[in-house]
Amino acid sequence: MSLLALAGVEVARDGKAILSLEGLDVRAGELLALLGPTGAGKSTLLRVLHLLERPAAGSVAWRGAPVPWPAPLDLRRRIAMAFQDPLLFSGSTLENVLYGLSLRGETGVAAREKATEALRLLHVDHLAERRARTLSGGEAQRTALARALVLRPELLLLDEPFAALDAPIRRHLLEELTQVVKAHGITCVYVTHEQGEAFSVADRIAVLRRGRLLQAGTPEEVLLRPASRAVARFMQTGNILSGVVTRRSEALSEVAVGACVLFSRTVLPEGTAVDACVRREEVLVEAPGDAAPAPGLNRFRGTVATVFDHGSTMQLKIDAGFSEGPLQALITRRVAHDLAPRPGLPVEATFSAASVHLIPREGRSDDDL
Amino acid sequence: MTAPLASLGALLPAPGELAGIILLSLFVSGVAIVVSMLVGVPAGIFLGLHRFPGRSFLVTLVNTGMGLPPVVVGLGVFLLLARSGPFGGLDLLYTPWAMVLAQVVIATPLVVGITLAAIQGLDERLHLQILSLGASRAQLYLKLVKEARLSLVAALAAGFGSIISEVGAVMMVGGNIKGQTRVMTTAIVLETRQGEFANAIVLGVILLALALGINWLFTAVQQRRRA
Repeated sequence: MSLLALAGVEVARDGKAILSLEGLDVRAGELLALLGPTGAGKSTLLRVLHLLERPAAGSVAWRGAPVPWPAPLDLRRRIAMAFQDPLLFSGSTLENVLYGLSLRGETGVAAREKATEALRLLHVDHLAERRARTLSGGEAQRTALARALVLRPELLLLDEPFAALDAPIRRHLLEELTQVVKAHGITCVYVTHEQGEAFSVADRIAVLRRGRLLQAGTPEEVLLRPASRAVARFMQTGNILSGVVTRRSEALSEVAVGACVLFSRTVLPEGTAVDACVRREEVLVEAPGDAAPAPGLNRFRGTVATVFDHGSTMQLKIDAGFSEGPLQALITRRVAHDLAPRPGLPVEATFSAASVHLIPREGRSDDDL
Repeated sequence: MTAPLASLGALLPAPGELAGIILLSLFVSGVAIVVSMLVGVPAGIFLGLHRFPGRSFLVTLVNTGMGLPPVVVGLGVFLLLARSGPFGGLDLLYTPWAMVLAQVVIATPLVVGITLAAIQGLDERLHLQILSLGASRAQLYLKLVKEARLSLVAALAAGFGSIISEVGAVMMVGGNIKGQTRVMTTAIVLETRQGEFANAIVLGVILLALALGINWLFTAVQQRRRA
């Protein structure tokens, strides 16, 4: 069931459209990650979702009912938000958490108990009497989350809440937050530009770019079946090759990419111009062998062009005869140890037909979006 | 020990008259600063939070008003309240209320300007954070005032300091009438003109002591809960 639904929403600044969404549903109980680079319109979208900004066009519906503008206070109070910076108020940690309750007329012992419980949930109850502005970054962010969670919102909006924290604290808080949100059945929209964060928390991911929603789907859909070249690129697919479907069978398409031929499990009509996406970690790299590839398996011989060491993994670029450039592969350290890759080394790159996702090109480059 | 004190007492105006001058000074400037805060703080918050056509012009007016010469304010208020002026019928000229009005005109731009700077000095996203926790517009303003209270006390101190020590405007619209519109600054001017420098100096010291005491109070409030 849709908790909040946007349709045809447009937001403009100085006559220039900064957000233009055909539609976006936030489903009750889900954790939806809004993923996109800086300037994608994520924060603007959050303001619309919080009913704090009226779109220039389009409609917003809460549980199926259109939202009137300005949005009624009691409706806004079903939504809470936390930002990248904790933005704590002057006063104590406890006073910060009590603030939202006091706005709703909740004061006294009952309110203090609620606030203390929220602080306990985020493991900062021992800091209740401390001046909020003397807290460390992690403590302050926990307090900011407690301040939002104590309101028991039906919808919790989080705008890159851990972006300013060190990686280990960020991972820890992310894990805790996900547990709390799931345990309390709170619908949550989590804005981030970090893919890793989005995948570790989200039930669904919505990819935004330049104010447009490029794709919304499960993490697997967005990662393995990107809807456009732009999404594929943003998801660091690695290999996006332009081609044309030359043959099709019930379960397989044959795609001509320059002088090479790829097999894909995405079945499209013959003659369709496509972008063939192959994730770089799907590409198996071995020393050249004599065995012929199994039917439907993509295998190319080439030489290593560059090697980039990521630590636990290594990225190889392999000249395999594709006109669009070298094939990218991500191999584990163990494989790298056996293969000893170096520029000029002859190798064989293999990937299955299921690893090749085809995106029909519809005469328009979504890179222009 | 008693002889010097007695001679100092002889320098001062009669105790009743002196008390009247001090009380009237405090009353006029006190009422003026309260009115200025009531008008200036919401206006400063509004200008600090909202963007609208003509805002830059208004901010320029406020900035200009912060340095408005008191005698020009006195002249303007005089012309408004004079018998032939648009508000002559109110018969306010040469009353404490005319002095209050002049001081409100002097203090309000200061309060607006300092409030505006204080609100703009807060994190831009703070008001969004406050709204996102469920604040109404009025609750938002109250919270912003609380968060910017250190600067607002500075606005109060600056506004009060500018009018308690001001002489040009209150002289023009109050007339320095003994027992009616004579305040400390106008009394100092009068004593100086009459060559009674000792009286002027004593009144000056009392005025400075008052200003010091009031500012000490403001500072105590300002620094009470720095967090």
